[in-house]
Amino acid sequence: MDEIASITAPATTAAAVSVNPLHALAAASHDVAAARLVPLGPAARLAFRGREAAIGPVGEAFGVALPREACRRAEANGRAALWLGPDEWILLAPGADPAPLFAAIDSAAAGLPHSLVDVSSRSVGIEISGPRAAFVLNQGNPLDLSLESFPVGMCTRTVFHKAEIVLSRVAPETFHIDVWRSFAPYVWELLEEGRRELA
Amino acid sequence: MLIIDCPWCGKRPEIEFRYGGEAHIARPADPSALSDEEWAEFLYNRTNPKGLHAERWRHIHGCGRYFNAVRDTVSDFFVVTYKAGEQRPENLGPDVDGASIGGDK
Ligand SMILES: [Zn+2]
Repeated sequence: MDEIASITAPATTAAAVSVNPLHALAAASHDVAAARLVPLGPAARLAFRGREAAIGPVGEAFGVALPREACRRAEANGRAALWLGPDEWILLAPGADPAPLFAAIDSAAAGLPHSLVDVSSRSVGIEISGPRAAFVLNQGNPLDLSLESFPVGMCTRTVFHKAEIVLSRVAPETFHIDVWRSFAPYVWELLEEGRRELA
Repeated sequence: MLIIDCPWCGKRPEIEFRYGGEAHIARPADPSALSDEEWAEFLYNRTNPKGLHAERWRHIHGCGRYFNAVRDTVSDFFVVTYKAGEQRPENLGPDVDGASIGGDK
């Protein structure tokens, strides 16, 4: 019952953020050096949409200038701003408490047309890394994941099998997946299946 | 797999997109002034051409934006894509770009 209570607790409590549907799967997982799978820790995630005037102040308050180039992420001080659409970004702060971050950004954008939503508990992160990471992702994703077409610093909403994901390349052989938490076991287990032949 | 050129994200696989029906259909400014026939015409009747068709698409598993495309309904070839709010490009007749129409990517 305690676990159920914490899952339904408000998104901003530490308890809710720490419940990760992948922990049991990760504990039972075998290491595959060609494509390592790791659940990422809790993070503050803010969905920001805004018109031109709000974009600068929000980036300043967050500490990362929001990238204006399509499908790119910008990083500073351990935080990342991911371009998802021409007026839409996800602000990612690993380990941060979402509430004060939300308050700071919301006040920076006060009076400017925008929407800011705390979606910290909506999704969980998965890191897949290794020389065959792109190969495993391509079992369920149709994008060209060569370094030329999907360079380090690129991010985009896309699909993995039948789940929507946000895919980022953070290093030549390291990708981050952000997936809505109810889809996370589905994605994890299909990644496991995709890398089974590499074990 | 069919590749669609999102005006924001570039060339992407078709499974990231959803079809949104014929483009450039303006909602009547004063619906109550219309007869039932005129309203039905706006709601239901589409041009349904054999050949070039301007239509709405949404990059739903990408940038999320609606945009417009001119597609050949015979070959399924995408002739051009352009942002929502922009005019349908001129001079897209089959004789102008005939070599590529039907040459599906
Ligand atoms: Zn797009």
